[in-house]
Amino acid sequence: MIDFGYTLNPSSRINLDNFDRNKFEKLSKSEPDVLLCIGCGSCTASCTAGKYTDTSLRKAILSILDCNEKAAVDFAASCLLCGKCTLVCPRSINTRNLLLSITKIYGKKQ
Amino acid sequence: MIYEGKKKIWSEYQKDIPDDHYFYARSCIRQMFFTASEQAFLEITRKLMGKDIFETEHHTTCGGIAYHCDAIPQETSMTIIARQFALMKKYGYENFVCSCITSFGLYNETLETWRRFPEVEAKVKEDLWESCHLEFAKPKFLAHTCDLIYKYRERIASMAKYRLVNVKTGRPLRVVEHIGCHYSKMFPSKGFGGAEYPYVLVGMVESWGGEIIDYPERRHCCGFGFRQYFIQSDRGYSLANTYKKFESMEPYEPDMIITNCPGCTYFMDRWQYVIAETQGKTYGGKGHGIPVLTYEEVAGLVLGYDPWDLGLQTHQVGSEPLLDKMGIKYDPAKKYLGVNGKFIGEPEKSPC
Repeated sequence: MIDFGYTLNPSSRINLDNFDRNKFEKLSKSEPDVLLCIGCGSCTASCTAGKYTDTSLRKAILSILDCNEKAAVDFAASCLLCGKCTLVCPRSINTRNLLLSITKIYGKKQ
Repeated sequence: MIYEGKKKIWSEYQKDIPDDHYFYARSCIRQMFFTASEQAFLEITRKLMGKDIFETEHHTTCGGIAYHCDAIPQETSMTIIARQFALMKKYGYENFVCSCITSFGLYNETLETWRRFPEVEAKVKEDLWESCHLEFAKPKFLAHTCDLIYKYRERIASMAKYRLVNVKTGRPLRVVEHIGCHYSKMFPSKGFGGAEYPYVLVGMVESWGGEIIDYPERRHCCGFGFRQYFIQSDRGYSLANTYKKFESMEPYEPDMIITNCPGCTYFMDRWQYVIAETQGKTYGGKGHGIPVLTYEEVAGLVLGYDPWDLGLQTHQVGSEPLLDKMGIKYDPAKKYLGVNGKFIGEPEKSPC
């Protein structure tokens, strides 16, 4: 096989039929803050564990909206719950609660 | 269906351009890769149709690729374009026809910018005079070369030696038409059929006997997209676009693809080879790709030009299966012979 210096990028197609409306309604009911996030990334930038793990609230929310629940849980599961991100959020989102709720609702153990 | 109503709506999607007296601007990409296409356009319009198409060696690039890659600002490309228009006026023409879809989009964008911001137009006028001492002008009509071939399609059909029909089965060839995004997606009123029903290539194919395939990703980008391929490591994005289109058209078993954009012809042709090498997949059956042709090449084949004079040997995907289907006679020994029978070189690997 010839090495062209690049390969075929996998498809990033989003299938909205996979969006679980019930789960998202449950999440937004328990944590209405999920609707406030503007995806600025301040939480990720200030995350202590972020340098060593994939913790990212911004990506977790995006993954939920992109119908990729597994990725959302992965981004949330490594959170240490230190609460630093709550202090920097410009929308005053209770980030710790939101991350916990995401793992509860979208994780395997419900 | 109210026929009159349909006719009225369709008339709004038409483009009014004269059929003669044009200043012609070539395309950078086509001059590099499909030189014979531009020559075929001049042969067909000047010799067969008897039209007045003027070109000068003094015109330059429109700056489109550099502009879309953010290498030059819009002001620079507008001044380059003002120079092209000034040359048109200098040689006594009012109508401008360009061979490239990127240029066509950029010329329209520039004219629209000048219309909306007269102060920008005044500045460009000043810059043009300072840098080139040329008088500023705007074309009365701006056309793309495919618009003219579309306009002459019925005359071409009446002169046809071959048709887009499989001579063995008698069935129309199944054709995928691909319109360049910058033809009518940016300024829908500037293209035949607008952005919703671009008819320019469909009209040609139908007039010459072929059958159009309507497949799900028909209006998807070919993968050209400028920034997607300029950096080698990013080319996977470009390839993914093309792959998506070919996967979508595969079940319809197309015999050929016709495009009106230099980038689309190039990428849909070359990426088939890369997909064959990296994914081990070909789309044309029996290990072949699907031939990708420009509209001038298709017009030339229909009119009975020699396939090698039309430059089909410069395509990555071999066009022989298509020529056989159309019943066109060709000499395989002359495939890689150029002007005066000079050997022009041969690919190391046979094309897919």
